[in-house]
Amino acid sequence: MSNRELDQHSGAETTGHEWDGIKELDTPLPRWWLWAFYGCIAWAVVYWVLMPAWPGIHGYTHGLLGKSDRAALSGELEHLNQARGAQLVQLRNASLEQIEADPKLLDYAMQVGQSVFGDNCATCHGAGGGGGKGYPNLRDDVWLWGGSLEEIQKTITVGVRAGNPHARPAVLMPAFGRDLMLKPDQIDDLTEYVVALSHRNADPAAVGRARQTFAYQCSACHGPVGTGDQSRGIPNLTDADWLYGSSREAIHDQIWNGHAGAMPTWEARLSPETIKALAVYVHANAGGDAAPARRTHPDTAAADAGK
Amino acid sequence: MTVVIDNLSKPSPVQRNGPESASERARRRGDAGKSLYKPRTPIYPKLVHGRWRRIKWALLIVMLAIYYVTPWIRWPRPAGLPQQAVLVDFDGGRFYVFGLQLWPQEVYFITGLLVMAALALFLVTALFGRLWCGYACPQTVWTDLYIYVERLFEGDRNARMRLDAAAWSFGKLWRKAGKHLVWLGVAFGTGGAWIFYFRDAPTLLREFWTGAAPATSYVSCALLTATTYVFAGHMREQVCTYMCPWPRIQGAMLDPHSLQVTYRYDRGEPRGAHKKGADWTGRGDCIDCHACVVACPMGIDIRNGPQMECINCGLCIDACDEIMVRVGRPRALIAFDTDAAVAERAVGRPPRYRLVRARTAFYALALTVVSGLMLWGLATRQMLDLHALRDRNPTFVRLHDGSIRNAYTLKIANKTFAPQRVTIRFRGVPGAQVRAAGEAADGPVTAVVPANQVLALRVLVTAPPDRLTAPSLPATFDVRGLGLDAAARTVFLSEAP
Repeated sequence: MSNRELDQHSGAETTGHEWDGIKELDTPLPRWWLWAFYGCIAWAVVYWVLMPAWPGIHGYTHGLLGKSDRAALSGELEHLNQARGAQLVQLRNASLEQIEADPKLLDYAMQVGQSVFGDNCATCHGAGGGGGKGYPNLRDDVWLWGGSLEEIQKTITVGVRAGNPHARPAVLMPAFGRDLMLKPDQIDDLTEYVVALSHRNADPAAVGRARQTFAYQCSACHGPVGTGDQSRGIPNLTDADWLYGSSREAIHDQIWNGHAGAMPTWEARLSPETIKALAVYVHANAGGDAAPARRTHPDTAAADAGK
Repeated sequence: MTVVIDNLSKPSPVQRNGPESASERARRRGDAGKSLYKPRTPIYPKLVHGRWRRIKWALLIVMLAIYYVTPWIRWPRPAGLPQQAVLVDFDGGRFYVFGLQLWPQEVYFITGLLVMAALALFLVTALFGRLWCGYACPQTVWTDLYIYVERLFEGDRNARMRLDAAAWSFGKLWRKAGKHLVWLGVAFGTGGAWIFYFRDAPTLLREFWTGAAPATSYVSCALLTATTYVFAGHMREQVCTYMCPWPRIQGAMLDPHSLQVTYRYDRGEPRGAHKKGADWTGRGDCIDCHACVVACPMGIDIRNGPQMECINCGLCIDACDEIMVRVGRPRALIAFDTDAAVAERAVGRPPRYRLVRARTAFYALALTVVSGLMLWGLATRQMLDLHALRDRNPTFVRLHDGSIRNAYTLKIANKTFAPQRVTIRFRGVPGAQVRAAGEAADGPVTAVVPANQVLALRVLVTAPPDRLTAPSLPATFDVRGLGLDAAARTVFLSEAP
């Protein structure tokens, strides 16, 4: 060490490394830095004694302070449940309308609803409730089974075609083509008729031919002017919402194959309070309308009334 | 003009006679290869009297007064709001500075202030050297205060050196113990004052002594007590030399035209002892008395030229001036001067001082621009603030009659201290109707935004599909209150072609 080169200007030693004539000074660390380093080592030893530190074959060293993140977490969860208990009781005792009217309770219900929706409903209805083909959009104003708070709660509770004894009567759309109930050209005409029902341009001749078929085969469920029936989950054919698609091909396919969706009954899996929160969540996200009327196109409504 | 500083005409620090500065002593003992670590060389700065010392005392009092008094200034605000002029209210999420109240989302004002502070620091350093380090930095101010306390108990430089070298006695014990006790007291006062910036000071003072204050108050107070005691009492110049990045950055700010504490070697060399009445011809004014070295709180010899350790405090100027007056030579052998001026004098040219340079002009311009932006921002600050968050999943829905609906959550911030009744309008989409979520019919949306709060309001906008011309239409929400308004831009999405 003593034969190291000294820098002429500063008088300090150099490390001997040189880059393009620039030499690196071997500036020593201050002594207190060394003591800070020893201090850190001592701190580590104290830490081993006080805190969980070393893994063993059967478990690990627990440390004198007995700190455990796992225990702390379960304690926190317990604390959270206790804190939530009061709100759960509120949720149980309040009516759905009261929940929606009370900002604090609504906020709680929305949070519970969001969490439960994400875990259980989003698989089919989408994370935001936007739905998809065959899975109803829960954000719009069209409801197969009714869009009031009570109706939504009922639908979640009993499900759709899930065999719940309290379920509302559900019917199945027949597969008119697959089961040879109608001839292919009849189904073609019927497709035009359904297109016309939703106030779109259709072939008048085909519509005229299908009038009788619709009256015999469809009107029993969908109604004489095709407005459906929410008490039995029957879709309104006159609005702009199409569960299986609005194109002629999609409508034809639906008449031919008669798709019918199903939803599990949630009664057994979710507590009544949770279902209440979920109903409020779905209702509020769809616009939170206090009394959603049965949605019908104005023209159809007139025809319906004049019948 | 480029000025080349001729290092060869300066005295070499390596071969020199006489007492060394602390850093030289340390270098000789520690850097010469005896040890891997550099031993700490104690520094005993000698008290000086003079202009710079007086300025330093005055600034010390001003800085400490600002620090301790600020949290106790009251400021009238409506009931329920803090009555403290300067308060960082973490619980309420607000920052109060006298008549101004900043919200967390307005943190850019703080950012702007920090940018201004950095630019001002650059400018001052480029012009006058490290004045911040020498006069205003908390490390300097508290170290100075601690040295003052040390001097009260242990006396000036020579007495302190004798005391440290002496064997332990009762006299040494009480002086040392007294010093550390007062140090700890000052440190506690420092930590104690800090926490008042974050909670109502009178309330917190009571809570603090009754044990009712939040744990963060005690922990913060303890932390600052510890750092003050360690940094100002024990670490001192080590903080500046080893922990602070600024001494390294300063190299980029300084140039040959920056004023900084400078030994005018052109006048001082060749130095040497001087007998009273002896002739001054053929020699420099420096009598090698080491008054500048013993006065230096950083333990350096300023005659070695600009050094990283130098904090530009000017105490060596005072020390040297006292000697120059005594030996009958002009003052300012050590002075705030520029390298360029010294170099020009050394070759017999009159020095020129250039405060306006490309560097300083740029810093000044940048500072002016940022300050202007800040002032403009503060002057046009909106007391009503609106943000529109569009629903993203699903982005839009089709209603039974085919119309398209987008949902938005409006965040309306009312920064005034009174509730505001506001009307919300939606513009940009033909035929669009707006309603508040939960309302049965479209219509004007009104809401009352509570004082000093944010209201989150969900609104639904419905538009007829035949009038939508593009899948994404630019749109605007307007919020209008009494004499206040705000707007937020957003888009209306659909599957229009």
